[in-house]
Amino acid sequence: MSIVTVQLGQCGNQIGHEVFNAICSDVHDTHGLCSKKENESYRDACKERFFCEEQSEVPVARAVLVDMEPKVISQTLSMAARSGYWKYDDGSHFCQKQGSGNNWANGYSVHGPRHKEVIMNLVQKEAEKCDRLGGFFTIMSMAGGTGSGLGAFVTQCLRDAFPASFLLNHVIWPYGTGEVIVQNYNSVLTLSHLYKSSDALLVHENDVVHKICAQLMNIKQISFRDINQVIAHQLGSVFQPTYTAEGGLHYSRNPLGDLMETLVPHPEFKMLGLRNIPQMPENSLAYSTFSWPGLIKHLRQMLIANAKMEEGIDWQVRPPCLGSSIPSRHSTKKPLHFNTSVANLVILRGKDTHSVDLGSFRDPSLYTSWLNPKDAFHSWKTLRAFNKYEKLASLVSNSQFLLKPLDNVVGKAWNMFASKAYIHQYTKFGIEEEDFLDSFTALEQVISSYTSL
Amino acid sequence: MTQSVVVQVGQCGNQVGCRFWDLALREHANVNKKGIYDEALSSFFRNVDTRSGGDGPDIYKGKICSLKARALLIDMEEGVVNEILQGPLRDVFDSTQLITDVSGSGNNWAVGHKLYGSQYQENIVEKLRKAAEHCDCLQCFFIIHSMGGGTGSGLGTFVLKLLEDEFPEVYRFVTSVYPSGEDDVITSPYNSVLAMKELNEHADCVLPIENESLFDIVNKIHQMANSGKLGSTVKQNSLVTSSAGSAKTVQEKPFDAMNNILANLLLNLTSSARFEGSLNMDLNEISMNLVPFPRLHYLVSSLTPLYTLADVNVPSRRLDQMFSDAFSRDHQLIQADPKHSLYLACALLVRGNVQVSDLRRNIERLKPSLHFVSWNQEGWKTGLCSVPPVGHSHSLLALANNTCVKPTFIELKDRFMKLYKKKAHLHHYLHVDGMEQSCFSEAISSLSDLIEEYNELDATKGGPRTDPPRLKIAV
Repeated sequence: MSIVTVQLGQCGNQIGHEVFNAICSDVHDTHGLCSKKENESYRDACKERFFCEEQSEVPVARAVLVDMEPKVISQTLSMAARSGYWKYDDGSHFCQKQGSGNNWANGYSVHGPRHKEVIMNLVQKEAEKCDRLGGFFTIMSMAGGTGSGLGAFVTQCLRDAFPASFLLNHVIWPYGTGEVIVQNYNSVLTLSHLYKSSDALLVHENDVVHKICAQLMNIKQISFRDINQVIAHQLGSVFQPTYTAEGGLHYSRNPLGDLMETLVPHPEFKMLGLRNIPQMPENSLAYSTFSWPGLIKHLRQMLIANAKMEEGIDWQVRPPCLGSSIPSRHSTKKPLHFNTSVANLVILRGKDTHSVDLGSFRDPSLYTSWLNPKDAFHSWKTLRAFNKYEKLASLVSNSQFLLKPLDNVVGKAWNMFASKAYIHQYTKFGIEEEDFLDSFTALEQVISSYTSL
Repeated sequence: MTQSVVVQVGQCGNQVGCRFWDLALREHANVNKKGIYDEALSSFFRNVDTRSGGDGPDIYKGKICSLKARALLIDMEEGVVNEILQGPLRDVFDSTQLITDVSGSGNNWAVGHKLYGSQYQENIVEKLRKAAEHCDCLQCFFIIHSMGGGTGSGLGTFVLKLLEDEFPEVYRFVTSVYPSGEDDVITSPYNSVLAMKELNEHADCVLPIENESLFDIVNKIHQMANSGKLGSTVKQNSLVTSSAGSAKTVQEKPFDAMNNILANLLLNLTSSARFEGSLNMDLNEISMNLVPFPRLHYLVSSLTPLYTLADVNVPSRRLDQMFSDAFSRDHQLIQADPKHSLYLACALLVRGNVQVSDLRRNIERLKPSLHFVSWNQEGWKTGLCSVPPVGHSHSLLALANNTCVKPTFIELKDRFMKLYKKKAHLHHYLHVDGMEQSCFSEAISSLSDLIEEYNELDATKGGPRTDPPRLKIAV
């Protein structure tokens, strides 16, 4: 089954391009570390998922590019074509001239309705090119105007037009110290609207990825391109083909559906976080060896202690003893925050993956009480290595990972809302104070649900 | 890609405007080596086919034939405009986009606004419409004028009002040169306050500029360039005050250096809208992020660096210095110290070889020394444009919505009251048809209200931070 990607706004288009790049370069990689047959199987599954090969020498990405101003899309299209390995469909993009001015209301209430038909036509065309449509993957930022506002509107339209399809939104959480001054307003409006239409929200936080670039990738002068490449690598590690069943004979064909089924058992809990281990610069890969037990141990602790990456993990955090409802606390010097999960998915790629022991992830104390641990944890595997990593483990988690960032954003937005600052910019385009209040209410509900896990 | 139209009014407006067009051509020539008319150029220039003589049709693609500025030149006396039309830029201006008269406005806002306003209204609207028609997607009008005189101040603000009525969807950015204390125009306080009311009500964003600050910067650069420090020679064309490499060959006018600074301000402001970058910042985003309440739309600007030294290797220490300078008092284009006042919002537009990590590092570094209003503690808007200005490897434009504009307004009000109490020179204004005493009282009250709004915000500075209680959800 194929996934149609919708890239929205500057961020969405810049990241989307890196994602297709990463996937394509992985497929052409000869370091697959597995048999030729396996490699071919992997490649075919990947191509079916993301590319269309009909009338072109080069695979054509199954994507629709949308932006309200032309500069980024034209850059993205030309960079892809220049690579020689893949490209975008020349007709699959839509842009306007003026941009959305970082104004969610402009993106949602003005650009959305105005351009709905054209955009949905492009999506329909891509959907029809698929033999079997596996769902939609949208990429957007929350802070700006197009990705966030128009993105929320397009998500709604996708839900209305394809009620039975899976819909996964990839959302970029902006830096805490402003990229855009009204980013908290835009974020609150985006999240509350996406929650209604989307199946799940997969989040990447700019601050976290920035730290990964600085500390793990050793990049001195970090550019947005570096950040986007890390994000693309992490996304690739989730979406490239895997075997979802034990002893499965062929690569899973329904990645989005499988993801939803394993991770989103309840519509109130849709926020997914992503962690990778190991993560390092490409030139260090040849000199590093890892053992699976070591990687799994670290990954589990990253989950429990809500660590953003494999450095600086707090090993003091321990799961609560079963039978007591209070999480165990160490001495009163530091309160320990244990990250409770709804559901987890671990994806293993590379050497010896069939023999990895994941029992520690099935520990019931990691999970909330209302799900059977058997249903709360899943793992997908493949012997085929990804992106030159001999061993790679990814964790997609529906847990309290995003509780604190969400609470922060809502708090700051509420603070600003109380002073009524910038509200006139939104009411100008039809988003009133009641709309804000509705969004705040919806998100407080999500915060409350995750807090009480 | 959007287009902008520049409306330059009065002597100051036209002189600054002239420098702007000259430097804009220089900047595009630097980037556009192939001579193809591209989208970046089209934001400020039309490409006209003049081969058959005179004004031909517009050419939208392909080689550059003849570039015409998207501008409207207005002055009620002919001297300045005539000089422009005889100078090296004469072919850049469309001869039909000029409005001139003979006798000037006599430094009288009422003459500029009421008399010439009504007289030329139709003409102005017609020419504006024509300029707009040549645009595919008109996003912004830039008005350049001074506040202290008669034409720029009076007729300029009349045009501002017209723009709001005729083109309500198009943004109006105004660059206003405020008179200094020792201004030789006695009635400049009247003209400025009367103009302020119009700016309060009809502008989207105002960039106030004070001649004193420009003058100080020019002096600083002279000192630096002439100090002849060993091993450090200043690249001439990198001076923010220089016309080197542009069409103008002789720089004799005293205001040229100062006007170049303003021209660079406008170029940097629009750079992200014209050129590509990893984090674009368009003009509508500037208005959206920097104007939290409709009337508080006065932005204090600063440009760094003022010059580049000839040695190309730029350690990051130099880069960090650029950020620090942007917040220092002597780089601001008005007499103000933003560091000791309250920030409502701040925008940083970086050009050149600077990445997001440099930006973040410097924001983290500078944040503790700045005071932001309680509801906007992270009030930063950032933009990264890959194309640096001519002669530099990188540059920074900082726009601050900060209460440090208040002293400028208070001084203006004081100078106004000094004259008004004695009814000095009032009769010159009241003589003009349509001008009444109430115009004065309304104007001063509008200014007082504005000052009061800033006062209220200042009162919250340094106070205890009490966050409003969050919504409670029934579980």
